[in-house]
Amino acid sequence: MKSVRLLAALIAGSIVLSSPALSADYVIDTERAHASINFRIKHLGFSWLVGRFDDFNGTFTFDEEAPENSSVKVEIDTASVNTNHSERDKHLRGKDFLNVSKHPKATFESTSVKLDGDKAIIVGNLTLNGVTKEIEIDANRVGGGKDPWGGYRDGFHGTTSLPLKDFDINFDLGPASKNVDLTLEVEGIRK
Amino acid sequence: MVPVTPMDIRDTKSGYGLVTRIVHWLMAVAVIGMFVLGLWMVALNYYSPYYQTAPDIHRSVGMLLLFLLVFRFVWRLVNPKPDDSDLTPFERTASRFVHWGFYPLLFILMVSGYLISTSDGRPIQVFDWFSVPALVHDPGLETPAGLVHEILSYVTMAIVGVHTLAALKHHFIDHGQALKRIWSGPPSA
Repeated sequence: MKSVRLLAALIAGSIVLSSPALSADYVIDTERAHASINFRIKHLGFSWLVGRFDDFNGTFTFDEEAPENSSVKVEIDTASVNTNHSERDKHLRGKDFLNVSKHPKATFESTSVKLDGDKAIIVGNLTLNGVTKEIEIDANRVGGGKDPWGGYRDGFHGTTSLPLKDFDINFDLGPASKNVDLTLEVEGIRK
Repeated sequence: MVPVTPMDIRDTKSGYGLVTRIVHWLMAVAVIGMFVLGLWMVALNYYSPYYQTAPDIHRSVGMLLLFLLVFRFVWRLVNPKPDDSDLTPFERTASRFVHWGFYPLLFILMVSGYLISTSDGRPIQVFDWFSVPALVHDPGLETPAGLVHEILSYVTMAIVGVHTLAALKHHFIDHGQALKRIWSGPPSA
């Protein structure tokens, strides 16, 4: 009798779990590098200096029917900052900027997703240089579906802009270089 | 036998020749100057007129010092060591340890500096004179290389301090010959 009830509970539970809620969990495809965290900042106000973080990992859930139920979590190795110039990268890792020996990780964890026409605004907490601040990322879905190798993928594009001083980065790069723009390219593989 | 004079090019048993003396004082001034320049340049703000020229000079002088260090090491090996029998056994051991220790210390100090600038594959431009190519292309290496460079620069200054105090003590308290040997060379025979 007891085992029958247990079986019933298990079946009921599995029905709930596999019910056609379209929300699915994804791993960001950093393994084969179909995701990137890119930044740009004005150099003297004359041009855009572009860089990226090479090492990060993350997961997200995405609900196609109700995108506002989606969420995302990413962890970045700050020492992997790469602007294609060793002396500058060394400077960026140091105490004037990212303080990577003290703060080796930056993290982002979403708290809510708001829909705004055909784009979404992902609100969440970014911890960078030891400072946690709420930020908003403008995001849109690039595409999704079955991949040719038996998996299922969804991909997104996101942008945001951060004042460096919000994250206690106070090295003076000049009046045109107070903010850094982030561009996020994220492809996830459904678990 | 040719008499020994202060103008001898080579070192002799009785003192250091011109080449050793010139290279010694040149490197003494340059190494201490590079330490001060290094400390100063990393603290410059982005809009300082020296933000680019100070590191340019630091890299250029560093590369020249590296070549001079290799030359100096070879020169040391092919020259006789002046007599140091006026030192106590402890002083002799300590001075030899410091003298020989400077070679690997400065070598690693300079190579680590070279790696900070070249790990992205870019060469080092030595003034407007010539460029030293990057031998190791390993992005990311600049951070450990930078740590080694910073630590060894302080170690070098500490040993420069010990070396200087020992030379001054030897000269003024023990009335020994070492400082005269490296400043004015062997006494005229």
